[in-house]
Amino acid sequence: MPQKAAERAVPLLSVRGVSTHYGRIQALREVDLEIAEGELVALVGANGAGKTTLLRTISGILAPSAGDIVFDGHSILRAQPDRRVEMGIAQVPEGRQMFGPMSVEDNLVLGAFTRTKTEAEADLAVVLDKFPQLRDKQREPAGTLSGGQQQMLAIGRALMARPRLLLLDEPSMGLAPNLADETFATIRSLKAAGTTVFLVEQNASAALALADRGYVLETGRIVLADTGRALLENEKVQAAYLGL
Amino acid sequence: MFAEFLQFLFTGITVGATYALVAMGFSIIYNASHVINFAQGEFVMLGGMGTVYLLAAGLPLPVAIIIAVAMTVVVGMLLEKLAIEPARNASVVTLIIITIGASIFLRGVAQVVMDKEFHAMPAFTGEDPIVIGGAAILPQSLWVIGGGVMMVLALWFFFERMKMGKAMLATAYNPLAARLVGINTKMVLLLSFGLAAFLGSVGGILIAPMSATYYEVGIMLGLKGFCAAILGGLGRGWGAVAGGLIVGIAESMGAGYISSEYKDAIAFILILLVLFFMPSGLFGTRGTERV
Ligand SMILES: Nc1ncnc2c1ncn2[C@@H]1O[C@H](COP(=O)(O)OP(=O)(O)OP(=O)(O)O)[C@@H](O)[C@H]1O
Ligand SMILES: [Mg+2]
Repeated sequence: MPQKAAERAVPLLSVRGVSTHYGRIQALREVDLEIAEGELVALVGANGAGKTTLLRTISGILAPSAGDIVFDGHSILRAQPDRRVEMGIAQVPEGRQMFGPMSVEDNLVLGAFTRTKTEAEADLAVVLDKFPQLRDKQREPAGTLSGGQQQMLAIGRALMARPRLLLLDEPSMGLAPNLADETFATIRSLKAAGTTVFLVEQNASAALALADRGYVLETGRIVLADTGRALLENEKVQAAYLGL
Repeated sequence: MFAEFLQFLFTGITVGATYALVAMGFSIIYNASHVINFAQGEFVMLGGMGTVYLLAAGLPLPVAIIIAVAMTVVVGMLLEKLAIEPARNASVVTLIIITIGASIFLRGVAQVVMDKEFHAMPAFTGEDPIVIGGAAILPQSLWVIGGGVMMVLALWFFFERMKMGKAMLATAYNPLAARLVGINTKMVLLLSFGLAAFLGSVGGILIAPMSATYYEVGIMLGLKGFCAAILGGLGRGWGAVAGGLIVGIAESMGAGYISSEYKDAIAFILILLVLFFMPSGLFGTRGTERV
């Protein structure tokens, strides 16, 4: 069982009692979670539950008001976002966040900003092989790509950092069902290749079906944690997130 | 007739090249932070005054220029470190007011450390005009234009070809994504102030032999450069170049054909017209992403 493996291994990431505020508004309340190397962990929650806030806190864009974040055995609270990317935490942000006027290739190469030129060039070829559609559009401004292509580019850009932990914030958002399926297939293949993935989704059924383990976030608090399958079968989850 | 036109044109391009350098400085800092740095003109003043001061202290011209530019770059970066960065959570308006304060402070320091006199810097290579098509061009004019072209090419290379340049552009287009790919955006801001100070001081030094320099010379040059930047669409590199040349040429034609009394007013009339009819600049397209 993946859950057992997660319990035994030292987690790659552990979030311990993290609270995050926007001014006086508290968006996260003592969040605890762990992600082991090689796992695909899903986080589901409604609009405004605090999912993006959690990912931004892990990436260092937001500073928590309490708690600790431990990556690979060390607290990373003091590390700036660029240092965290260097350590191996890459994020595909909500809404894709392209460098719109810059070319697809520039967007990808910037994903490897913390790495050497040789490493970036080698990985550019790998990522373009993985997403052949991007190869055809290599010289075009990222802003001119379709939504599905932009999502591929956003994932490709994050992969250029050679992440040890990939954070994905609602990658299926705004995509037609077939493109969303394509995105989930990409995520499955990343997991098969051994990448550790933390997947945040409103599309709970797809995310939990893919995940080894999952967490449910409600108004800033983790209310449920179990294997992906168990959560899919959980009555509360079914009622609240799966529309069953 | 034509000789006269040519004469005004050359003068316009020369002054315009200086405005363009100042305008690029405005745009670079704006891109990194959305701050309009009203101390930009002071970088121009520090370049010119610094060189004059070091020349008077007996240094040869090339050495004086290098030191004055380096000193201005340090001042620009200190301004960011000491005044902008500690207040980076404040609103953009607050930051702009801080730059206005900094410009007053820098003028005060220049006045105390150096002096309040007008200074004439010697031309780099002689004063004998070159006659082209009946128009007389001072060799210094060629230095200004050549220097401006060099700066534009260097900047183009930096932003199009170099990793750090691309990181600065990326930060301008999407600061959040820039941080998430591992770009140190604080460093980008520091660098943008250094670069803006570099461009301003070079502009100030190039133009100093053609127009006297003194501690308040940056006020007018800064405002004209600001007009040029707005004209070209704040934040656009080529727009800043075009804006600078347009302001310079319009000013020189206006002074030549209408009256030199209106010279300074022309830039401001241009800017009012543009802001009124084309709020995102001559080359701007409404509502699209800023370059
Ligand atoms: N910049 C901000 N300032 C103030 N409050 C904010 C800010 N960003 C988010 N919030 C609030 O924090 C809470 C969590 O927001 P967050 O964006 O993390 O939710 P989410 O789970 O990602 O939602 P969504 O599914 O819509 O993306 C919400 O109540 C939101 O209104
Ligand atoms: Mg969100």
